[in-house]
Amino acid sequence: MDKRTNIIELKHITKTYEDGFSAVEDFNLEVKQGEFITFLGPSGCGKTTTLRMIAGFDIPTEGEILLNGKPITDLPPNKRPINTVFQRYALFPHMNIYENIAFGLKQRKMPRAVIEKKVKKVLELVDLEGFENRRTDTLSGGQQQRVAIARAVVNEPQILLLDEPLGALDLKMRKEMQLELKEMHRELGITFIYVTHDQEEALTMSDKIVVMSEGKMQQIGTPEDIYNEPVNAFVADFIGESNIFNGIMTGKLRARFCGGEFACVDDVEEGTHITAVVRPEDVALTSPERGTIRGIVTSVIFKGMHYEITIESGKNEIVAQSVHSAAVGERVGIRVEPDNIHIMLAEDHTNIFKAEINKNYGLEYNGRILNARLTDMIKGSREDENGTLLDANGLEIDRQKIRVMVSIQPQDIRMTDEIEQGLVQGYISNLIYKGDHYSYVIHTDLEQDFVVDDEYLWNMEDQVGLLMPEEKMTFTVRR
Amino acid sequence: MNSFKFSRKVLGIPYAVFLLVFVAAPLAVLLYFAFTNGQGQFTAENLTGFFTDPNTLGTLFYSFGIAVVTTAVCLLLAYPAAYILASGRWKAKSVLIMLFIIPMWINFSLRITALKEILTWLEGNLAYHPFLNTVIGMTYDFLPFMILPIYTAISRLDGALLEAARDLGAGEAQAFLKVTLPLSVPGIISGVSMVFLPAMTNYVVLDMLYNSTYIMGSLIGSYFAAYNWHGGSMIALILLAIICLFTLFTSGMEEENVRGGTLL
Repeated sequence: MDKRTNIIELKHITKTYEDGFSAVEDFNLEVKQGEFITFLGPSGCGKTTTLRMIAGFDIPTEGEILLNGKPITDLPPNKRPINTVFQRYALFPHMNIYENIAFGLKQRKMPRAVIEKKVKKVLELVDLEGFENRRTDTLSGGQQQRVAIARAVVNEPQILLLDEPLGALDLKMRKEMQLELKEMHRELGITFIYVTHDQEEALTMSDKIVVMSEGKMQQIGTPEDIYNEPVNAFVADFIGESNIFNGIMTGKLRARFCGGEFACVDDVEEGTHITAVVRPEDVALTSPERGTIRGIVTSVIFKGMHYEITIESGKNEIVAQSVHSAAVGERVGIRVEPDNIHIMLAEDHTNIFKAEINKNYGLEYNGRILNARLTDMIKGSREDENGTLLDANGLEIDRQKIRVMVSIQPQDIRMTDEIEQGLVQGYISNLIYKGDHYSYVIHTDLEQDFVVDDEYLWNMEDQVGLLMPEEKMTFTVRR
Repeated sequence: MNSFKFSRKVLGIPYAVFLLVFVAAPLAVLLYFAFTNGQGQFTAENLTGFFTDPNTLGTLFYSFGIAVVTTAVCLLLAYPAAYILASGRWKAKSVLIMLFIIPMWINFSLRITALKEILTWLEGNLAYHPFLNTVIGMTYDFLPFMILPIYTAISRLDGALLEAARDLGAGEAQAFLKVTLPLSVPGIISGVSMVFLPAMTNYVVLDMLYNSTYIMGSLIGSYFAAYNWHGGSMIALILLAIICLFTLFTSGMEEENVRGGTLL
């Protein structure tokens, strides 16, 4: 048990905007003195809003924030012993470096000599000795970043908040600053709360990671915990690349997913719906005869340390990392060691599948057009007159680089005998009586398993079509 | 004709002609008249005359006084208005914008005539407060030119800077004084130069409000009306010099501020 005291506690924090949009929902968190904690999630997951509530820029609609056990929920930012490093630095353009850094100290009416000493010391810390009289616009991005950090830490805050501080730097600079920030954290002993959407950054720097999605905390834990034992499909997918499959337990330590039956080490009751996660580095390629499942190689990308190989098996896509290359079009077998399969209970039985994006930014699945458009899913996006998709900032969105995942609840899918009317066709491979309804597993022609709830009894092996109304679907865009 | 080549320089010809006819030539004529007497001989008398005649000097100071007061009143009215408009806290923002814009759609002389009627009704006789009336008239006329640049400067301000100031311990008033105000100085400067210079010369407002005192504009007009082209040209030239000095001064300040000069 960690004996350190909680420096900050967030209790049932909810932030709802006037238009009814909830940025953060029932968020609970305890941060220990001196910890380096990272909020990780895709844009719009509520991580920045949470940080802003800790800083005092936003006031939660519900819940309480405690600093050293005392409520600070409604305290204005200037009354909190917390400082922020802003995303785009927010250095004062009308002041030189010295004046920027001294700003906070001057506000606290410190004697001039003390201020001068402190500024000098903090400039040494960030390796910018002698920059006092420089203008902010004469500095490079990395140097501005250092000034922003110096301006915050010179006030000796109890907590330092960092809002994607390295987002605007190039890769090499970013790597350097990651190490420096980590070093600075060790040296200063201040609690760091860091916000990023870069999972690698989070894994490298943090003592603890909070993975967020849609305003909710998905998982909290050490980087190792989060990487090795993701609690759900979202975390698995967001932290490192993952192959994620819906499946079902077919026997003791046996699971079927991705069109094959695999041995696994997680003891889950037979018939349970599961989500199986396999890291690309754990997918072993072998000859077709020796593989648990077989597929065709559809792409091979050289990544420096390894090849990233995509294999299509039925309608499932499996990504593998291998030191050996493969040929596109080659038929291969796939094996996964039992302890490399991470089985999670599908806590809800949400069906998740990937939709194709067609030329008009419409969505398709199984060759059928879904009544849903990409522009409605990406906030602020639009299609210009040339048919190019632009985001809220007017930048082009590359269709190739986004994935749309569709999720639909079992009770929202209906089965039909007129199988051609279904969005997808398959046969009933499993059924369980759940008291007031039956839970079916439909194994589709695309080698995927769908879970469907129905109050009527159908027979095993029945061929059915699955009717899925678009209004019941939820779309998630990954970029 | 074969040697003619169409280049980008050719495109400049109409503008060069325009500048020559409408800027360079009138300036040359102005210079000529300013430094000659009725016989066409060179003389500096017009210049010395201006600075020794108490009437012309009085007009210069009176114009200056009107311009300074008008600019100050405009600034005092415009800054809060621009701040409220730019910070967007006020829900009826569009109403305020319309209130400032609608008068600009009405013909200038009609506007001043309406103002004249109101002032006459309030004061009984306009002749009692000529200075005050002139300042009111000019403020009414020039206020939008002060609001607009300040509004632009404040609304361009990065909100993160204010948050940074608050984060570093500044209260709302301190954040305004240390961040918003210094960073809106360029807007103030261009607003001031857009109000100050016309206020020194626009004598139509004075005339319409029965202010019989001369300002620089009416002084020049009176010289030309009396066929004293030489004296009139000299005063016009002096006014031009004042404007040049003023512009140099303000643009220097603006540059300083853009580079981050801590003006405040």
